[in-house]
Amino acid sequence: MKTCLVVDDSKVIRKVARHILETLDFEVREAGDGREALDSCMAAAPDVILLDWNMPVMSGMDFLRALKDSGIAHKPKVVFCTTENGMAYIRAAIEAGADEYVMKPFDRETLESKLQIVGVA
Amino acid sequence: MNMIAALLEQRTGQQIAANRAWRIETALKPLLRMRGLETLDDLVAQLMMSRTGELGDMVVDALLNQETSFFRDSAVLDMVADAAGALQEEAGTRRLRIWSAGCSTGQEPYSLAMLFDERKIMTCSSPPEIVATDISPAALARARSGRYSQFEIQRGLSVRRMMQWFEGGEGDWAANPELTRKVQFRQHNLAGDPPPPGRFDIVLCRNVLLYFSGALRKAVFDRLAQAVRPGGVLVLGAGETVIGQTDLFAPSERFRGFYNLAEAVAPGARSALG
Ligand SMILES: C[S@@+](CC[C@H](N)C(=O)[O-])C[C@H]1O[C@@H](n2cnc3c(N)ncnc32)[C@H](O)[C@@H]1O
Repeated sequence: MKTCLVVDDSKVIRKVARHILETLDFEVREAGDGREALDSCMAAAPDVILLDWNMPVMSGMDFLRALKDSGIAHKPKVVFCTTENGMAYIRAAIEAGADEYVMKPFDRETLESKLQIVGVA
Repeated sequence: MNMIAALLEQRTGQQIAANRAWRIETALKPLLRMRGLETLDDLVAQLMMSRTGELGDMVVDALLNQETSFFRDSAVLDMVADAAGALQEEAGTRRLRIWSAGCSTGQEPYSLAMLFDERKIMTCSSPPEIVATDISPAALARARSGRYSQFEIQRGLSVRRMMQWFEGGEGDWAANPELTRKVQFRQHNLAGDPPPPGRFDIVLCRNVLLYFSGALRKAVFDRLAQAVRPGGVLVLGAGETVIGQTDLFAPSERFRGFYNLAEAVAPGARSALG
């Protein structure tokens, strides 16, 4: 079973994402900000991370940089998942090392197709 | 209800199974509202009184299932690109011709155009010609415009391809002219019209014939056989087959999962190509 870490400060989004991911046979972990997500990754790296952009304590972008510098052996795939839906944001995220990008709101098919594209579903 | 189902079948060949009849009302609600009509009976009455076919067109359009997505069954499209690569190599300087029949809002032919570009499938100067057809003028208008909503653009399309071929953001995405000019869209009814002129190396007809009656499906395969070049292939949707439906096509030994013209229709085509 593949593991997905859902990083979002919204409880509702985490709940929706968890529900979809569980129907796709993922084991789901949650984090409320980048800092928690980093701790979670250091404890055990997931296969894929669903990453919000704007969060308190540590943003998605800052998390991505920290993850890069962390020296984790098996780098998880990172799918940005955010309401920022302009091309400039998307480019910035991909340049920073994200593998895919989902614009909120999303549905099951969107998420599934993006997870397939990064090769974890 | 019966008359509406009959109209749909007469115009498009699509049958509405009894277990999906409830969809008629849901699908036609917006049209009823737009026309200020209360019930389906009112709509039928108007249909019978109207002399232009315009209202009928709108009803048919609303009832057609136009679900599609970029890179739908992406493994199959990869195999189409493999086949195109092999066929283009054999064709030499002759440009390959591809027909996407029942292309809906354009995601299928645009996906192919992107794949061919990435794989550099072309003669020395030109990529394959892609002709994409559908019965629905509304779907074709959207396909030509190359504009997609946030939901549509994300479904199946990788972010890198989106960045390369599309512009926009904030919910409305538009294909670059570089992409839209790779596909020619035309209106075409599989249930009646002769195929577009010339022969095609690859014909895709995916998820269109599912709800055709057996007899009509056979007639469509007859016409598709006229459109496929000897040595070329027919590609159907996942779960669709020609087996037991027509003698004109047979499973391809060379391109797994696709169909070639049967030996009787294109004698020697296989041996000529090795
Ligand atoms: C479910 S979509 C499939 C789109 C695409 N081929 C795919 O697989 O994603 C079916 C399309 O077939 C079109 N269609 C239905 N009956 C047709 C007919 N008789 N001739 C041409 N197109 C037809 C519909 O308008 C619709 O856009």
